[in-house]
Amino acid sequence: MNKSVLFGALAIAGVAAGAAAAGTLDDVKARGKLNCGVTTGLAGFAAPDATGEWKGIDAAFCRAVAAAVLGDATAVEFIPTTGKTRFTALASGEIDLLARNTTWTLSRDVDLKFDFLGVNYYDGQGFMVPKSLGVSSARDLDGATVCVQTGTTTELNLADFFRSNNISYQPVPIETNAEGAQQYLAGACDTYTTDASGLASTRATFENPGDHTLLPEIISKEPLGPLVRHGDNEWGDIVRWTLNALITAEELGVTSANVAEMASGAENPEIARLLGTEGTLGEMLGLDADWAMRAIATQGNYGEIFARNIGEDTPVGLARGLNAQWTDGGLLYSPPFR
Amino acid sequence: MSDTHAHSVAFVRTETIPQAAAPANASGPVKWARDNLFATPANAFLTVAAIYVIYLILAASLPWILNGVWNASSLAECREILQGTSGACFAVLTERWPQLLFGFTYPATEYWRPVLAFVLMFAAIAPVLFFDLPRKLLIITALFPFVAYWLIWGGSIWIPIFALVGFVAGYFVYARFVTKSFAAGFFGGIAAAAVVWVISGYIVPVLTPEETFLSAVPSRDLGGYMLNLMLGLTCVSLSLPLGIALALGRQSSMPLIKWICVIFIEFIRGVPLITLLFVASVMLSYFFPPEATVDLFLRVVIMITMFSSAYIAEVIRGGLAALPKGQYEAADSLGLDYPQAMRLIILPQALKISIPGIVNIAVGLFKDTTLVSVISMFDIIGMIRGPILASQDWNGLYWELFLFACTVFFVVCYGISQYSQWLERRLATDHR
Repeated sequence: MNKSVLFGALAIAGVAAGAAAAGTLDDVKARGKLNCGVTTGLAGFAAPDATGEWKGIDAAFCRAVAAAVLGDATAVEFIPTTGKTRFTALASGEIDLLARNTTWTLSRDVDLKFDFLGVNYYDGQGFMVPKSLGVSSARDLDGATVCVQTGTTTELNLADFFRSNNISYQPVPIETNAEGAQQYLAGACDTYTTDASGLASTRATFENPGDHTLLPEIISKEPLGPLVRHGDNEWGDIVRWTLNALITAEELGVTSANVAEMASGAENPEIARLLGTEGTLGEMLGLDADWAMRAIATQGNYGEIFARNIGEDTPVGLARGLNAQWTDGGLLYSPPFR
Repeated sequence: MSDTHAHSVAFVRTETIPQAAAPANASGPVKWARDNLFATPANAFLTVAAIYVIYLILAASLPWILNGVWNASSLAECREILQGTSGACFAVLTERWPQLLFGFTYPATEYWRPVLAFVLMFAAIAPVLFFDLPRKLLIITALFPFVAYWLIWGGSIWIPIFALVGFVAGYFVYARFVTKSFAAGFFGGIAAAAVVWVISGYIVPVLTPEETFLSAVPSRDLGGYMLNLMLGLTCVSLSLPLGIALALGRQSSMPLIKWICVIFIEFIRGVPLITLLFVASVMLSYFFPPEATVDLFLRVVIMITMFSSAYIAEVIRGGLAALPKGQYEAADSLGLDYPQAMRLIILPQALKISIPGIVNIAVGLFKDTTLVSVISMFDIIGMIRGPILASQDWNGLYWELFLFACTVFFVVCYGISQYSQWLERRLATDHR
């Protein structure tokens, strides 16, 4: 600890020099670890399990980036952030990458000076009500008390929805999803609103899930994706194309099981380019040729990550829906690897 | 004399009647109950009402607690075992026990290290709390911070050793020069310590072997109740001397020192602790280049210490103000210089008056350590609100977890409060 005091004192002196910092990629390589901001705990997206290991699609994405950049999927420092601290943590350089089911909006992208690099989960805001309330549409919720997480886009969407439908509501502000579920079950609010994926996974943990229903209205678009600081485009490119590599791998049928085999003898030229046996895509990104192969081999393609963490066989139990490949009627569409 | 009335009295008892027990309704539990519980009709009514309320609470909670499930791997399994009957699911405590105590990233094979540090803590604070113990034991207290640092964080043993050497060097320089001038000793001591630490910053990496005896654990991996205890103990023990210095500085006749102390105290008291913590966790990183930030634990310690030292300074100032002016004049007339007067006459009395206030702040500070959960440090509350409630297994459990947190905090806070009452009795020299 005393050493860090010294370093801190020296750092104050070196602030002027440090302002001309090197690119994030060089920082990450020099450190040998990727500092990845995640949520403090949301099942299926990022949450530590009983052994303390982070699990979820956001956590898997962090590992994929670490595998691509550093060649080691375990070289990730998971830095938990709350809804309030996430953006400052990224802007201040404490984390290199924020993968914390964060909604891509114009103001966050432009005004807060971040770059969103794609979408790893298409979500939308829904409502959960007890069946006993006898409500079948969100438009019937006039005068209802609504549990809503503060500091999130859900809060704003909620206000928009009720205003545009000319009905009133009373917000009950809550801090975390767990708290929201508890308030809702305790009857502090008539309905609980958050992203539909969160509602589904929350309902799955109830003692009597059948007593509660999700209303059909999805009142917002919530494209959740990873983001980095504005202005470091080389680093942004790496993260963006790591995500695209995972999506493309699923489209092309490359899985963690067959990636090695595919790499040695791929007939499909795009697979060859993706896995680095052909072309110089890795070099263009400032990485080696095997970058995407490592990400896929360690974490699996997008479909595998989805199925493992939030798919229908998991307790979260989400269908692919919008998050299917474009070939299957979903929205996942990666630009070509060329 | 006995003869005088012998003719007029028929019977004179010559031996005393053996002492009889008091009547049943004027002694023992019955009398106690009549005096204390049913003295007046209103009193009796309140007693009955209170007993009824207690009964209601126990009737609801006791079956719930006694019917608790201690062995299950998830909430769903708990519910299966309970079969719809009311009962607590304490299994979450047994399954997540290490996480509640140590956080979820502290390496499981190294749990013995914080436990050992915890045990040593009692040996270290005993001579401070109970001054009847031999003074030699204070050596353990002086060594404890360095040993505990090494045990909990691990890594190179040379870091705590050089930190200790720095303090020792500072002390020797201080002792050498303080006889001539207090300022020379004070600042000389600080300079000497700083020189040792700067030099050690270059030596330590050279001396450190590849594989250290205790593997290094970064601050981010600390968590659970251990984090609360560490923050509480560190901040209380740092803020007490700092608070005394600030209180004395505020009374100083030197305008510069006085105003620095006044501004510090008033500024810190005017800012909520949570704001300071946010500054510590996110704002400070703006001022440092990304690769050279001050350790998060240290940042939080600095902020909490600053906060509580400002409050302690005000409490002690109250104690100083309560002393009659004659005490100061008496010290002066004995020819004592300022440090002697403070050490021998003023502070012992002022601190004694301030004990309840200081303890109040210490207890409050210890509980305030749970605020670090909002800056995403996983103390016991952060563990409960974050990873444990977010896991699919235990999502939906609240009472059991928060009751547990209440219990562990109550144990420590009640202990502190009992100690302070003992201390007040022990130090009582007034003429009551």
